[in-house]
Amino acid sequence: MLKFVLKGLIRDRSRSFFPVLIVTAGVLVTVFLTAFMSGYMESMVRQNARFDTGHVKIVTNAYADKISQKPYDLGFIDSESDFEQWKRDFPSIRWTPRIYFGALMDVPDEEGNTLEQGDVFGMAIDLWDPGAVQDIHLQEALVQGRIPQAPSEILISQELFSKLRLQLDSTVTLLGSTLHGAMSFQNYIISGTVSFGVHALDRGGIVTDIEDARLFLDMEGGASEYFGFLPDGIYDDGEATKIKREFNARYNSEDEFAPQMLALTDQNDLGFMLSYAGLALGLINVVFILIIAIVLWNAGLLNSIRRYGEFGLRLAMGERKGRLYKWLLVEALAVGVVGSLIGAALGIGLIQYFHVHGIDFGAFTQDTSMMVENVVYLSADTKNLILGIIPGPVATVLGAMLAGIGIFRRNTAKLFKELET
Amino acid sequence: MKEPLVKIRDLSKLYPTGGGGFLALSELDLDIPAGAFMALVGPSGSGKTTLLNIIGTLDSQTGGEIEVLGHKVDTLDARQSAALRAEKIGFIFQSYNLLPVYNVYENVELPLLLLKMDKAERHEAVMQALKWVGITDKMKSRPNQLSGGEGQRVSIARAMVKRPKLVLADEPTANLDTENSVNILDTMLQINEETGTTFIFATHDQKVIDYMKRVVTLIDGKKAKDDLKTGN
Repeated sequence: MLKFVLKGLIRDRSRSFFPVLIVTAGVLVTVFLTAFMSGYMESMVRQNARFDTGHVKIVTNAYADKISQKPYDLGFIDSESDFEQWKRDFPSIRWTPRIYFGALMDVPDEEGNTLEQGDVFGMAIDLWDPGAVQDIHLQEALVQGRIPQAPSEILISQELFSKLRLQLDSTVTLLGSTLHGAMSFQNYIISGTVSFGVHALDRGGIVTDIEDARLFLDMEGGASEYFGFLPDGIYDDGEATKIKREFNARYNSEDEFAPQMLALTDQNDLGFMLSYAGLALGLINVVFILIIAIVLWNAGLLNSIRRYGEFGLRLAMGERKGRLYKWLLVEALAVGVVGSLIGAALGIGLIQYFHVHGIDFGAFTQDTSMMVENVVYLSADTKNLILGIIPGPVATVLGAMLAGIGIFRRNTAKLFKELET
Repeated sequence: MKEPLVKIRDLSKLYPTGGGGFLALSELDLDIPAGAFMALVGPSGSGKTTLLNIIGTLDSQTGGEIEVLGHKVDTLDARQSAALRAEKIGFIFQSYNLLPVYNVYENVELPLLLLKMDKAERHEAVMQALKWVGITDKMKSRPNQLSGGEGQRVSIARAMVKRPKLVLADEPTANLDTENSVNILDTMLQINEETGTTFIFATHDQKVIDYMKRVVTLIDGKKAKDDLKTGN
C-alpha cells in the first residue's frame, strides 16, 4: 500500500510538487537563518573574548563596578606574584595581562609643533607572548609595517593613521594621566597599522606592549585585567562558570582591590544576548512550523476537497477512516521529508558558500560599539541543521492532520454522495 | 429454506430537515436471494440510492431491520462495516470513479491492497478480472485514455476483482451509449451466471431493466411493485 500511495503522490504534482516546494523553501530559509544566527553569535562571542572579555577575566572589585569605563586607575599594581600564583592554580587556562586606557595622540610637524591631534583608545598586550599576539589575530590585522620589535613602538589603526596623515616610523606623543592622576607624556614610533575588522576598535585604536603602557601609566608590575582562555580556544559557559566560582571562592573578598573573576557571559550583556539568540532560534523554528503548517493546511484542505471522490471511493471499498487518515499523514510525512532534505541540501550549499566567503556587514556596523566582525561567516553544526530540518515534516504532518479532520467529521454516506457529484 | 442474502423488514430512513424530516424509505419489506440479478427502479427521490447505500453499509436505517450477508447493518460498528465492504461487497458507479493518477491495472488492484493480499495473488486476480471484462490490452492506460465503455468495464473489474458476494451498481449505464450499455450489461450478466454473484442495480434506464431477472419499483420510499420476470 505504501508503494501505491507514494506512486499516486509522485504522479499527482498538485499533491507533491507544490507542497515539496513550500517545505523546501521554508527549510532552506530556516537552515540558513539558523546558521546565520549561529555564525553571528559565534562571531560576537569570539570578538568579545579576543578584545574585551576573555573567556574569563580577573579584575579588582572596584574595577568590576565600573568595568564599562575601563578604569585602569582601579586596576592591579605589583600583582606579578599573584598572577604567577593564579597561573599555578589554574594551569589549564592560558593567561595574559592587558591594560586598556585612553589618551590624546599628538602628531608633531617638522619643527615639533602640533600638526594633528586625536583621541585614541589604547590596548596594551604582552607583545612578546606569541599566544597574546595570536589572541587578537594581530599578524592578520596588520595592514602595513610590522609588529613592534622594540620598546616604544606602537601599532595604530589604519583609519586613524589615514585621518592623522601619519607616516610609518614617524614619532607621535601620547598624552594621558598616570594611575595616580599625574600628567603623563611619552613618545612612540609607529611601526605599523592594523585593521581588526571591528569598527569599535578600528575607529581610533592603538596597540602597545604592556611594558610600555605600564611605564606610561605608572602601573609597574600591574594590569587592568588578566584575561584567561579555555584550553581548546572555544568558549564553554559551564566550564568558565565552574572556574569562576572556584577562583572567587578562593580569592575574592570584600576588599575593593581584591581579585574577582568574571566569565564572558557576565560581561557586556553577553549572557542575556546568548540566551536571547537561543530563544530567537527556537522562535524561528516555531514560526516556520506555524506558517508552513497553515499554508499546507490550506493546500491540504483544497486537496482534500479535490480528493473527496477518491476518499469516498476508498471508504466504499472498505478502507477505514483511520487508515485513510494514516495514509494522508504518510503522504504528508513523505512530502515533509523530501522537501526538508532538498531544502537542507540547498541550505548546506549556501551555508558552505557563506562559511568561506562570509557576509560583509561592514556598512551597517560603522557606528556600532558592538564587538562583531564586519564579515560574518555562517556556521552550521549538526544540532542546528537538525533543528532546521525537523520543522519540515512536523509542519506537513500538522497541516495534513488539520486538513484531514474534515474527512473524519464527514460521514461516510456523505463522502460517498460527493463521489457522485 | 435458505436465508436470503439481503433481508429487509419494515425498513425506514428519515433524513432530518428543517421541516420535520424527509422520509426516504418507509415500511419496506424485501428479501434478495443469493445470485439475484435485480433492479431497484423508480422516479428520482423514490429511495433507490438510499436503499443501495444502506444495503452497502455506507448508511444505516432509522427504523426497521436489515440483514446483509448475515449481518444486521445497524449493529455493525465502523470497523466491521468497513471489513464487510472490503471483503464481500463491490460497487459500480455512474461515473466510474477511477482514480486518475493510477493506470487500469492499479485501479483494479486497489481493493486487493486493502485486503492485504500478497503480490502474486493480486496479480492473478487482477488479470482474471481484466479478462472477464475484456480489457487486458488497456491495463497500462490511464483513465483519461479510456472511452466511457472502457472506463465502466474497468469499474466492473474493480468491483469484481475481490470476488464479492454482492455487487451494488448505481445507474451504471447512465453515461454510456446503447452499444456500450448492452456490452456492459452482457458482461455483468455473464459474471452473474458464471460466479453466482448477486447484482443489485439502481436505475431509470429501460435497457438495464430489460436485462433484469427481477425488478422492484419504489415510489416515495415504499415498495410499489416487485416483478419476478418469467423464466427467472
